[in-house]
Amino acid sequence: MLTDEKILELEKKANDIRISIIEMLVPAKSGHTAGPLGMADIFTLFYFHILKHDSQNPSWEDRDRLVLSNGHICPVYYATMAHAGYFPVEELQTLRKLGSRLQGHPHREYMPWLETSSGPLGSGLSQASGMALADRIDHGANTSRLIYAFLSDGELNEGNTWEGVMLAGKYKLRNLIAIVDRNNIQIEGVTEEVMPLEPLADKWRAFNWHVIEVSGHDFRALDEALKEAQAVYEKPTVIIAHTIPGKGVSFMERDYKWHGKAPTKEEAEKALLELRK
Amino acid sequence: MLNPKLKLNPKIFNEDVEQVPIRRGFGEGLLIAGEADKNVVALCADLTESTQMHFFANKFPERFVQVGVAEQNLVTVASGMATMGKIPFCSSYAMFSPGRNWEQIRTTIAYNDRKVIIVGSHSGISVGPDGGTHQALEDIALMRVMPNMEVLSPCDAIEAKKATQELAKSKKSAYLRLVREKTPIITTEETPFHIGKSEIFWLPDVGFAQVGIIVTGGLMYKALLAAKELEAEGIKTKVMNLASIKPLDVNAVLDLAKETKCLVTVEEHQVACGAGSAIAEVLAENFPTPIEFVGVRDQFGQSGTPSELIEHYNMGKDAIKEAVKKVLKRKI
Repeated sequence: MLTDEKILELEKKANDIRISIIEMLVPAKSGHTAGPLGMADIFTLFYFHILKHDSQNPSWEDRDRLVLSNGHICPVYYATMAHAGYFPVEELQTLRKLGSRLQGHPHREYMPWLETSSGPLGSGLSQASGMALADRIDHGANTSRLIYAFLSDGELNEGNTWEGVMLAGKYKLRNLIAIVDRNNIQIEGVTEEVMPLEPLADKWRAFNWHVIEVSGHDFRALDEALKEAQAVYEKPTVIIAHTIPGKGVSFMERDYKWHGKAPTKEEAEKALLELRK
Repeated sequence: MLNPKLKLNPKIFNEDVEQVPIRRGFGEGLLIAGEADKNVVALCADLTESTQMHFFANKFPERFVQVGVAEQNLVTVASGMATMGKIPFCSSYAMFSPGRNWEQIRTTIAYNDRKVIIVGSHSGISVGPDGGTHQALEDIALMRVMPNMEVLSPCDAIEAKKATQELAKSKKSAYLRLVREKTPIITTEETPFHIGKSEIFWLPDVGFAQVGIIVTGGLMYKALLAAKELEAEGIKTKVMNLASIKPLDVNAVLDLAKETKCLVTVEEHQVACGAGSAIAEVLAENFPTPIEFVGVRDQFGQSGTPSELIEHYNMGKDAIKEAVKKVLKRKI
């Protein structure tokens, strides 16, 4: 149950995670800023409310599985996991440095609690589908474990994504929930100019998915959407989460130029002033 | 003579030697592996019978996933299943898997260290009439360059059956290279097979060999025919079966090179970056040895019967004999 008190707590946590994202990107001198800030609320909700997981026992067999397909937003992944107790928050400062566990794109060999290594786009949904299929072989169609796939909207350009969408629809993977970060930007511009995705919800529906559209910054609405997804029996569910890239830092919000660059020290100071208000 | 220790098929040089497609051995081996371990699962991209996965699919429909004509999905779904403790075998034609989905194999299986067996049937020029689009001549190169990936290329159906069962038990991801066409049965159930080990199939009756011939895959039969004729002509050879291209049996290769001081490599693949190149890399570093490479030389195939194509692209018995005579002259 998401009480008002819990929501306040999540909002504070998400803000702390945004601060960590900015702080880790400065010494890294490269990386992605807009996507991680935009997804901070969703990652916070998952790691502090939704997911069955245990940071002290990451390989807990009955945990839910979360596949991050668009690995480039890993600053938010790392920051959230650090705040959730998987590793020390100070280690975030090693992002992208030689010998660091925090690779530029997530690598499971260095961080065994990740479900997969990712970076090259378009293959996460298929991996999550494979996990859902395997779980169903072992535990039947009524399995209680959930497999989540986080995707970007830009990576819906990839054919591999739609191959996965088709397969999950075919096998009616009710234990699979995809979250699309619909932030409308990719490296070279806005999605509808680079390669139009709309009508996006209709596309997923046509592949036999249950579709829910929701704000990616509204904890209560997201929570309700996830409950609805679990109640749907015959289909996998996609939650198209509308997010604001760069969320929380006024001069980064909705500017695609912040997709793939890190803030300078001066820019970070400005950003942190806003986040610490 | 055939190496008596290996219990090879005694009828190998008979006119009516039994011929079975190498891919068939995979199909039989997968069924046995599936019976032995309930975690073995199979995925196919709309070529179930062609790749001989139907034995498994019919027996274990609940452990079989039909992904449709979608090779990128084939291997990424397999990676996800491996995450949950399954042992996935995914099959298609070599040209499409690993031909089309190389990056997905690299990132989600090899780099990600999830054990998946990639089965590429219909490799090589002997795919025949389907033509150049379907003749994978680059797949050994694609897969042996990849860290965390083993590469097996069995010489006949029986060896393919054993390789499949070994791969189900092994801890590593691997590429299993298969051939469509029927080829003679060379080994028997008693012939030893171990990943990373190479055996000498043919050796001189007495004394040392003058030339070593290292063969991978279905051309082994042609190499044995060549060795037999060469023996009659007074040229002593040893023929090594390179079923395991990676890991490579370095000691066995070095032993052979030190004995013969010259080698011929034989493969139904581009000479560039193939099995012969793997041998050359090891020798260049450890024991520089003249080599003649039998294989396709920087060109695509075309339609024709398998035997016509093998001859046309200089990979048949006579081409192997010629290479042996050539390398003998280069011996230092």
